[in-house]
Amino acid sequence: MSTNKASRIGEEIWKTRVDKVNAELVTLTYGTIVAQLCQDYNSDYQEVNKQLDKMGYNIGMRLIEDFLAKSGVGRCANFRETADMIAKVGFKIFLNVAPTVTNWTSDNNQFSLIFDDNPLADFVELPDDGRAQDELWFSNILCGVLRGSLEMVQVQIEAHFVSDVLRGDDTTEMRVSLVRYIEDEMPPEEE
Amino acid sequence: MSILNLPLEFTGAPHNCGRHSPQNTFSSSHAQLSIMTVFSLIIINKAGGLIYQREFQPGLRKLSTNDYLVLAGTFHGVHAITRTITPRLPLQNTASPVVASPGTNAPTTSGYSYPNPGVPASGLEYLETEKFRLTCFQTLTGTKFLLFTDPMTGSVETVMNKIYELYADYVMKNPFYQLEMPVRCEAFDRHLAAWLRGRT
Repeated sequence: MSTNKASRIGEEIWKTRVDKVNAELVTLTYGTIVAQLCQDYNSDYQEVNKQLDKMGYNIGMRLIEDFLAKSGVGRCANFRETADMIAKVGFKIFLNVAPTVTNWTSDNNQFSLIFDDNPLADFVELPDDGRAQDELWFSNILCGVLRGSLEMVQVQIEAHFVSDVLRGDDTTEMRVSLVRYIEDEMPPEEE
Repeated sequence: MSILNLPLEFTGAPHNCGRHSPQNTFSSSHAQLSIMTVFSLIIINKAGGLIYQREFQPGLRKLSTNDYLVLAGTFHGVHAITRTITPRLPLQNTASPVVASPGTNAPTTSGYSYPNPGVPASGLEYLETEKFRLTCFQTLTGTKFLLFTDPMTGSVETVMNKIYELYADYVMKNPFYQLEMPVRCEAFDRHLAAWLRGRT
C-alpha cells in the first residue's frame, strides 16, 4: 500500500467517520495531566516520562480496536507499510495531523516521525527549572500509544522522542524501532 | 430511554414473530434476504476464552454456561487447525517489490505462500447448516466474533463490521473494562440490541 493510498484512507475516515471534539479541550486536558504528574512526582521528569508512556500504552491497547474497526485495513505486509499506516491513517484520524515518515535505516527497521504540528503541545512552555528542558518529553504519551497499539497486532516496537520544539529544538521527532514480530499470535505460516 | 432498559433478551418484537408463523411460508426467499435474522453472538478472546455470549431471538435453545465455554474453546482450536491445514503454493520466483528483511511477516522465508501472497491464512470463516450459518470474523488483534444467523441472510459482513465498531466503542473504550476479561458492559448490550432491532 502506497503512502498516497494511506493518506487517502486517513483523509476519508477523518472526514466521515470520526466524531470531532474541541481541540483545546484535548490540549488543556492533556496539559493538566502532565502538569499534575510533574507535581505528583516532585518534578522527577524521568518518572513523568515513564508514567506518560505507561498511560499511552494502556490507551493504545484499546484504541487499536477502534482504529481497525473504523479503517477496515488489513495486515501490513512490511514495516514500511506500518509506518505509513501510523502516520497517515492513525495520527490523522485521532489527532488530525500527519507526521512525516523519514530517516529510515537501511534494514528498514527504524524510522522517524517528524511532527510539524502537535496539538498536544499548543500553548505549552516547559517549566524553567533548568531541568525540564533537558529531561521532560512532554508528548511522551504518544510513544506509549504506538507501543500499545502495535503490540496488539503482534508488532513489538520501541519508541522515544529525540527532539521537541518545546525544548528549543528545530523539529519534534520521534524515533520508532521494530523489535520483533510477536510469533505466538501470528497465523501459523511463521512456524 | 426507558424502552432500552427492557430485559436484555427482548422478546416478542413483532417483526420477529412472523418468521415461524404460517403465513410466512409463502414469503419468497427474496423477502427473507432483506431480513437480517441474527440469532446470537459469541465473542472469544485471543486465548480462546469466552468473553461474551448473547441471544437475540426468543425461543432459542440455550446451552449451559459451561457448554458455551467448551464451545468457545473448541472453536478456537478448530479455527487454529483450519489455518494450519490451509494449502500453500510454491512461490513463483517473481521479483517481490520489497526486500524481505528478517522478521518481516510476509511468508517469504519458507518458499511457499498462500494463493494470495502477503495475505495470511484466515482459518474457518463460515460454517453452514440447513438451519443456521455461523460466521467467524477474527480481528487483527486475535479476538473472534462468532455470529449465528439465518442461512438465507446476506451481508453478514455489514453486521459484523458494525458489531466490531460497537465493541471498539462500548467495550474497549470503557476505561473500567479489563482487557481479555468477560464483557459486562450494559451500554454495549443496549446499543447492540437497538441496532439489530433497527435493522430487522
